[in-house]
Amino acid sequence: MLNYLWGAMIFIGILVAAFTGNMAEVTNGAVNSAKEAVTVCITMLGVMSMWTGIMKIGEEAGIIRSMSKGLRPLLKWLFPSVPEDHRAMDHIATNVIANFLGLGWAATPAGLMAMEELQSLNKHKERASNAMCMFMIFNMSSLQLVSINIIAYRTQYGSANPSEIIGPGIITTLVSTAAAIAFAKAAEAAS
Amino acid sequence: MRAISVLSDLILPLVIVYILSCGYSKKINVYEVFIEGAKEGFKIVMDILPTLIGLMMAVGILRSGGTLELISRAVSPIVRRIGFPPEAVPISLMRLVSSSASTGILLDIFKNYGPDSFIGRFVSVMMSCTETVFYTMSVYFMSVKVTKTRYTLAGALAANVAGIAASLTLCQYLWG
Repeated sequence: MLNYLWGAMIFIGILVAAFTGNMAEVTNGAVNSAKEAVTVCITMLGVMSMWTGIMKIGEEAGIIRSMSKGLRPLLKWLFPSVPEDHRAMDHIATNVIANFLGLGWAATPAGLMAMEELQSLNKHKERASNAMCMFMIFNMSSLQLVSINIIAYRTQYGSANPSEIIGPGIITTLVSTAAAIAFAKAAEAAS
Repeated sequence: MRAISVLSDLILPLVIVYILSCGYSKKINVYEVFIEGAKEGFKIVMDILPTLIGLMMAVGILRSGGTLELISRAVSPIVRRIGFPPEAVPISLMRLVSSSASTGILLDIFKNYGPDSFIGRFVSVMMSCTETVFYTMSVYFMSVKVTKTRYTLAGALAANVAGIAASLTLCQYLWG
């Protein structure tokens, strides 16, 4: 998708510049932004490495496994059609916890395996089951507790208090996730 | 309001203390593991860099050529009525499509308005509670060859709209 989106952004940007007479600024804009990407990444290197370092300790200490136990009652309620000891539940739990902790690289493989297991329980193979819809909507409602990269970006641009958005971020994440569950449950009941 | 700022200040130190304690209690060589994990983080950022250069260049062209301003001005009469900042329309739409492209716009907003401006704070919160719906959906459903996705898209969009609305309300309450 980015293949076309990226080109469209550039073509449209230059076309509009031609009409509005901002062509001279376009060269500067392009070059400066490219340069800026590197400066941002230098700040990111510090913050991101710190976070992945800490999270690696959590991973080795088996945090995903122990936290997923606590998640069981919620998952049982969200996925009533999935047997409690089915492997799908393990993968869903891992995906949710990994997303929650911001471990994107651990979340995606677990999520794909969860889909595969859910598909094995699915009666109509082309049609998403209720459990699949719930899992996808829940997953896409944003589960990440702390957006460490946003904090890094804010630091880079000289925010006086880069972490002040963590609290509001957690609250709004709760709202979007609650809306996701409510929607999926209501749609299940209606179908 | 104070509670939210206390939560912001406490969460990172608490997470770090909790994870370190877990590591020690499992008798892990935490320092070595930290270094190992930090190396992975280094690699992740290095992998992001080329993408970010490409997309920030594209956003830079959109910004300097006046396209972003044009979009904001076009939608301004509609979104102002619900109190939505028009400058945040392009990033809200892009957020659903591509994570790296919306990051490019986010940085552009930080550069032009500052991360501590109202719009800077709003997009920071908004980015923390939304997801790249279209990309995630196509990857996950394609992997199991499901074509009829039923109400998934509607549900994911509803959740993200709820997140955006909550961000706006909360930011107005805190910093408006």
